[in-house]
Amino acid sequence: MELKNINSVEELSKIKDDTYNKIKIRFSEDNEDKILEKELKKYHILVCSGTGCVSSRGNMVRERLEKEIRKRKLEERVKVFKTGCFGFCKLGPIIMIHPDETFYIKVEPQDVDNILTNHIVKGERVEKLLYKSPTLNQFVENMNEIDFFNNQMRIALRNCGVINPEDITEYIAMDGYKALGDILTNKTPPKDIIDNVKKSGLRGRGGGGFSTGRKWEYALSYDGERKFVLCNADEGDPGAFMDRSILEGDPHSVIEAMIIAGYTINSNQGYVYVRAEYPIAVERLEIAIEQARKTGLLGNNILGSDFSFDLDLKLGAGAFVCGEETALIQSAMGLRGEPRPRPPFPAEVGLWEMPTLNNNVETFANIPIILRKGGDWYASIGTEKSKGTKVFALAGQINNTGLIEVPMGTSLRTIIYEIGGGIHDNKRFKAAQTGGPSGGCIPEELLDTKIDFESLSDIGSMMGSGGLIIMDETDCMLDISRFYLEFAQDESCGKCVPCSIGTKRILEILERISKGEGQMEDLEILEDLCYDVKDSSLCGLGQTAPNPILSTLKFFKDEYIAHIKEKTCPAGVCNNLLKVVISDEKCVSCGICARVCPVNAITGEQKKSPFHIHQDVCIKCCACIPKCPVDAIYKA
Amino acid sequence: MEQEVQVKENFDYKKIDEIIKKYKKDDGMLIRILQRTQEAVGYLPLEIQSYISEKLGIPISTINGVVTFYSLFTQEQQGQYTIGVCMGTACYVKGAQEVVDAIRDELQIDVGETTMDKLFTLKTSRCIGACGLAPVITINENVHGRLSPADVPSILYKYIKTHKKTRVEESLSKVGDKNGA
Repeated sequence: MELKNINSVEELSKIKDDTYNKIKIRFSEDNEDKILEKELKKYHILVCSGTGCVSSRGNMVRERLEKEIRKRKLEERVKVFKTGCFGFCKLGPIIMIHPDETFYIKVEPQDVDNILTNHIVKGERVEKLLYKSPTLNQFVENMNEIDFFNNQMRIALRNCGVINPEDITEYIAMDGYKALGDILTNKTPPKDIIDNVKKSGLRGRGGGGFSTGRKWEYALSYDGERKFVLCNADEGDPGAFMDRSILEGDPHSVIEAMIIAGYTINSNQGYVYVRAEYPIAVERLEIAIEQARKTGLLGNNILGSDFSFDLDLKLGAGAFVCGEETALIQSAMGLRGEPRPRPPFPAEVGLWEMPTLNNNVETFANIPIILRKGGDWYASIGTEKSKGTKVFALAGQINNTGLIEVPMGTSLRTIIYEIGGGIHDNKRFKAAQTGGPSGGCIPEELLDTKIDFESLSDIGSMMGSGGLIIMDETDCMLDISRFYLEFAQDESCGKCVPCSIGTKRILEILERISKGEGQMEDLEILEDLCYDVKDSSLCGLGQTAPNPILSTLKFFKDEYIAHIKEKTCPAGVCNNLLKVVISDEKCVSCGICARVCPVNAITGEQKKSPFHIHQDVCIKCCACIPKCPVDAIYKA
Repeated sequence: MEQEVQVKENFDYKKIDEIIKKYKKDDGMLIRILQRTQEAVGYLPLEIQSYISEKLGIPISTINGVVTFYSLFTQEQQGQYTIGVCMGTACYVKGAQEVVDAIRDELQIDVGETTMDKLFTLKTSRCIGACGLAPVITINENVHGRLSPADVPSILYKYIKTHKKTRVEESLSKVGDKNGA
């Protein structure tokens, strides 16, 4: 692709028009054009190239498509593009064929032939690759008819699954860099930009929920020799992957927002701090920055104005605490990522002691469209105090795992049962976990909670970055708390005592209870300790680490009590409280289990009588369970 | 006075010099230099840390502090394939622990250890963001998703087979060279 320097807004809008004409067959609004294109039999095949689909061999599908199209000499009328995440990761690899808007799921490389022969050449749908709606019990062709997409409103994810993230002109075609262009040509005063952002009511999407407009205002108010714009893409929350998807699917929206932020707070240098665990996101960002530099959208005198701004990447090296802004700043300077007390906030003292504006990926991704459509438009979506939309990552025991974006104030029930398609295997819902290791578990009776920043913290959870993990009756809430505490303990940086030692002591109590060695007093000690750690830790990691326990103690105390008093695990998870037994009826006396048992706890006579496990010897390693050819061994 | 760094093993110091030269001029590039060095050498033993310390004029205590702080850095030699079992919440509730157990059982190593033949290293990793495919494992760059413990042997076998194949090819080409000579 040849990229030229864009020197003015006029040149920018010319590129927009040219590219839009090339990709307009992807948009259903232009129906007339579409019919014309159809007559010409032109097709765009978009292949999801997010981490999810790539992991399920989406790349091979794309390569095969490209190869077959060349072989059949269809290049002139069929074009294949990479695109960002559609969100329906469960059904990947996903491809979308325009202008028919056909949504094909679970496409394997060997399906390519079928798609080209039937869909492209004959114009017939390949039914076996269509989504089958469980509610209507019929095949659905169009993406918008699928329940999963129906209740969504895509603002931050507006370009994911629509454009090729590795082509800057496609972003420009979607009105990309227009907000920046307008600001630079009109020389919009920074105060007006901040007012607009404030009016939108946008709040930090990384978890804190601080007003973005006010953050920008603070950053503008401090002077420094140099000032920096920092993007927090260290998405360490287990179970959250929206930042990754935005960077993979629409990196330019973040870059544009960072340039605008630079103009607003008077900074000329930005950094994106991104996790090294996200190789595809890093690669797309590198490509995007390179293309923005080539077109002069990054560098000196952007779009012919007197404003200059450049952007570089900083790669994380695997530390959860670096998601905390003061720790992130240390890490971005190449040091140990240890947090420090605030104030002073980074807006005053940040990178190299200079004023630094730090926002999360999703926050930035909302900025260009807010400035284009106006703060009032954004503020019209959402609830009273939480405006706009929020991206959630649905995972766990739910049918439709993936990435969704809904207006603030959508109820959990809608998300789980309408968008998420209900609980996997028709099991019973137990809890929804939001906010990762800093959040809490929401029980069934609160399913109608309208999700926003306030309502979640009212019920002892938090928005966090938007991970939403669904648990069913087979998940033990004590075990989940232990899991999160183990995580927090492992990731505690060790700088302050309440977090580094407090979480360890909490973990020990939880482990004791899960082994059936807990006392009722432990619950009181646990709760006190949780509040101590919360109140006295230095940074967000320690201050929120006890949340999973406090919320499970509040809503699922009976499970804790069952572990202590009855020495049972109601969900059947905590191994130490279970017995491993062999069913007499099912056992075929093959003796395989006895051979794998490391402690010789299983005895019996081969081919004669059923085998037995001696409970006093058994160490509950469960090594025998998968080895049994007839599934006769189970936990009780 | 310049202290001489003791060279025990034959590391590719020329490559490390190139890396340092490329990033030295920018501020705060220590992590990037360590990452690139680890990519080139495979791990960051003390000798290399002290070499970098000398070249950058940063105390080795600072460098060792950074190396031990971040989970992506390792001071020990790794197997040819590093297996990372994602221990994010989504994978955990979908049975990642059972997958770890299955790998441990299959390779007879614990988490953090390397097999005797230096082929596999087993690690648990933080959420890699492929939650839609939970549980997932990564083997070097490859992601394997929607796993059950029963899938483990066949996946590992694929890597063992590729490894064997390349070794056979290598030795064949050596034989060929000899014959040719």
